[in-house]
Amino acid sequence: MNRIVKKTQLSENVFRMTINAPQIAEKREAGQFVVIMTEEKGERIPLTIVDSDRDEGTVTIIFQVVGKTTMCLAAMKKGEDLFAVLGPLGMPTEMEDFGTSVVVGGGVGIGVAYPIIKALKEAGNKVIAIIGARTKDILILEDEIREVCDRLIVSTDDGSYGVHGFVTDVLKDLIDSGETINRAFAIGPVPMMKFLCEVTRPYNIKTIVSLNPIMVDATGMCGACRVSVGGKTKFACVDGPEFNGHDVDFNLLMNRLRMYNVEEEEARKGCKCHE
Amino acid sequence: MSKKEKIPRQMMPEQDPKVRSTNFDEVPLGYTEEQAVLEAKRCIQCKKPTCVTGCPVDVDIPGFIKLIAERNFTGAARRIKGTNSLPAICGRVCPQESQCEELCILGKKGEPVAIGRLERFAADYERNADAVQVPDIPASSGKKVAVVGSGPAGLTIAGDLVKFGHKVTIFEGLHKSGGVLIYGIPEFRLPKDIVDAEISYLEKMGVEVVTNVVIGRGKTVDDLLDEGFDAVFLGVGAGAPVFMNIPGENLSGIYSANEYLTRSNLMKAYRFPEYDTPIARGKNVAVLGAGNVTMDSARTALRLGADNVTVVYRRTEVEMPARAEEVHHAKEEGVQFKLLTNPVEYIGDENGWVKGMKCIQMKLGEPDDSGRRRPVPIEGSEFVIDVDMVVVAIGTNANPVIPVTTPGLETNRWGYIVVDEETGKTSREGIYAGGDIVTGSATVILAMGAAKKTARAINEYLK
Ligand SMILES: Cc1cc2nc3c(=O)[nH]c(=O)nc-3n(C[C@H](O)[C@H](O)[C@H](O)COP(=O)(O)OP(=O)(O)OC[C@H]3O[C@@H](n4cnc5c(N)ncnc54)[C@H](O)[C@@H]3O)c2cc1C
Ligand SMILES: Cc1cc2nc3c(=O)[nH]c(=O)nc-3n(C[C@H](O)[C@H](O)[C@H](O)COP(=O)(O)OP(=O)(O)OC[C@H]3O[C@@H](n4cnc5c(N)ncnc54)[C@H](O)[C@@H]3O)c2cc1C
Ligand code: SF4
Ligand code: SF4
Ligand code: FES
Repeated sequence: MNRIVKKTQLSENVFRMTINAPQIAEKREAGQFVVIMTEEKGERIPLTIVDSDRDEGTVTIIFQVVGKTTMCLAAMKKGEDLFAVLGPLGMPTEMEDFGTSVVVGGGVGIGVAYPIIKALKEAGNKVIAIIGARTKDILILEDEIREVCDRLIVSTDDGSYGVHGFVTDVLKDLIDSGETINRAFAIGPVPMMKFLCEVTRPYNIKTIVSLNPIMVDATGMCGACRVSVGGKTKFACVDGPEFNGHDVDFNLLMNRLRMYNVEEEEARKGCKCHE
Repeated sequence: MSKKEKIPRQMMPEQDPKVRSTNFDEVPLGYTEEQAVLEAKRCIQCKKPTCVTGCPVDVDIPGFIKLIAERNFTGAARRIKGTNSLPAICGRVCPQESQCEELCILGKKGEPVAIGRLERFAADYERNADAVQVPDIPASSGKKVAVVGSGPAGLTIAGDLVKFGHKVTIFEGLHKSGGVLIYGIPEFRLPKDIVDAEISYLEKMGVEVVTNVVIGRGKTVDDLLDEGFDAVFLGVGAGAPVFMNIPGENLSGIYSANEYLTRSNLMKAYRFPEYDTPIARGKNVAVLGAGNVTMDSARTALRLGADNVTVVYRRTEVEMPARAEEVHHAKEEGVQFKLLTNPVEYIGDENGWVKGMKCIQMKLGEPDDSGRRRPVPIEGSEFVIDVDMVVVAIGTNANPVIPVTTPGLETNRWGYIVVDEETGKTSREGIYAGGDIVTGSATVILAMGAAKKTARAINEYLK
């Protein structure tokens, strides 16, 4: 039923997959995600819906191989079926014409940023996208994003492509250049989001982040995904995954993401998908 | 007659506590045929059986017990199924001591008939003998009903509605059907094969089960009505976890019971790494609360290798809501109890993992709304318990997904759906509800009882 209809490798560890899921394609909005299981004994993992096609009845995901489940997913081929796909989940991105919006995506977070950029543009915003990666070879979606934004700035940590530096520096330079920014979005690894929020905080630019805590059911039933926002506990799967970054307790999120490091390593070693 | 009464209540053989606290196999092993017949012979076949008035679904108790005494075990199972479609489950998890067995006449002077154990025996016998028969389904009424949620309420109503000739589709949010029976109650108390068997029985009767669809996210209840379902039944349970909102509650190592049990039962984390989902294996575990959920979590923690598992409860043993049998089993297995104790704060280590739980001593004061004496803190009595894992099992709330996305659906101030008690009718035409989403967290058999009434009401509505 949830057949993989297309699979491409975007960089060494990042893949794009298009999956047959007509009911999800029909209803999804930017900012929402799916939960997938590759097989019955597998884990339920959340992945952002990067794009959808209502006519074809498909959704697209982009994922980075980090552990057992994503390894197994990467080993699956076009024509194979996923064991389970559930969605759309989470609250859609709060969307309106804010004026000028800046979306910063780092690493595989560029995939998560793409639907937001697209939706902001459709809502009438002037959209400036800043995308960054450690090095040129692992930068993804440059062409796709260039097509749907007003201005694109690319950076690499090692200077192998685009601006030499971190996305935080690029954002700071952009703000200092006098560009009025009405809304910012920061999506990527947790430390990156944390530092981006520190860049925008002094300027009072509301900055939305997309949080990626560990989830189990992703329907509000278990509380695994709890995050602290403005001192209040929220369930990222139903209250989020997007929150006002200036209120988020990033250290808590980082601690909770490490909860199963030992077990994840064990699972990875036991993975037989590539044999 | 006098000879009959001399037969003692038959004990059910159980796994030895030392052995069973290290495995997830079922604890009680079931009656042998001889034991079942002996136990059945204890029933004096009352003309006005009081036991039946204690059963929320009116099982013909003397009737099925007589059939067991006559060694017609399959017949007994079918007799029960006349009113209770899930006897193998109810025989295991019903709180019989406060329902049917409490009112058994023999209980007045001695021990009541072991109705639950006999019910379980008959149902297991039928299933193991492959004697389960799919009933004849009447000609199609041409009507379609959508059932949201596949817990005991949803499964029961689905079975009843197909027997009335309606087409039924169950929508379940998780990847596996059964509700709390699958994700909450552990294998050692309710083997999942039994739940799976019940679901495949429904499928054989023609019920369609669609998993991985959360109604209200994507497709809404109104979409179902627009798509041509003539009625919708909401059996979505009371799924949202309650936390205490005390400092440090988000530290790593602190679980809601829902998360802990879902990882272990639904995702089979107790079989990690054969299954991919991990679960923390705490050495010093505290479990908060005192209901069935608390006992299930505590006994799961023991089986996952904890050295110390302590139930921490703010009242005393008398007020504990868990079934007596569950508390007894937990104690036998080595679960400790710290009563009149309430956590006030958690202490974390440098990695944000819980290492201590600060508690305060309580005493019982005046009775509260529920009639139970209210626990009040004793000032200055704080102390710290060393823990590396905590399971918060202090109750659940209504999950807001359905009410929020179904305009005009009336809920009470706790978020539970308001229905007419006799029919399960909600404030919206064609929408019915039953089970925990109406009553708050209750029991399997009450959810089934509500579903049965509502099935009849929906059948009337569709005529
Ligand atoms: C709302 C949301 C959207 C996401 N979108 C994307 C996306 O579009 N692309 C992408 O590559 N990644 C995304 N992620 C992260 C992705 O879910 C994890 O990388 C994935 O679960 C890792 O699973 P694994 O078994 O391969 O690795 P594991 O070995 O299990 O874990 C590796 C890392 O992933 C984290 N993780 C493990 N299990 C989960 C889980 N069940 N839920 C969340 N995080 C987990 C761990 O903290 C660890 O840091 C998203 C996460 C969330 C919550
Ligand atoms: C750990 C534990 C132990 C228990 N022990 C006992 C016991 O020993 N004896 C006893 O009698 N009772 C016990 N109970 C209580 C009993 O299990 C419940 O009262 C009963 O399961 C309620 O049935 P239900 O059908 O209303 O809901 P549930 O069993 O909660 O099922 C609801 C189902 O609906 C699904 N759902 C929710 N929202 C949606 C949606 N929007 N779309 C699609 N699907 C949805 C859920 O995933 C779930 O599968 C226990 C409960 C727990 C948690
Ligand atoms: S269904 Fe429950 S209450 Fe009714 S007879 Fe069976 S065990 Fe007793
Ligand atoms: S009350 Fe007890 S003895 Fe009488 S019929 Fe019921 S089970 Fe039998
Ligand atoms: S993942 Fe279970 S509540 Fe969010």
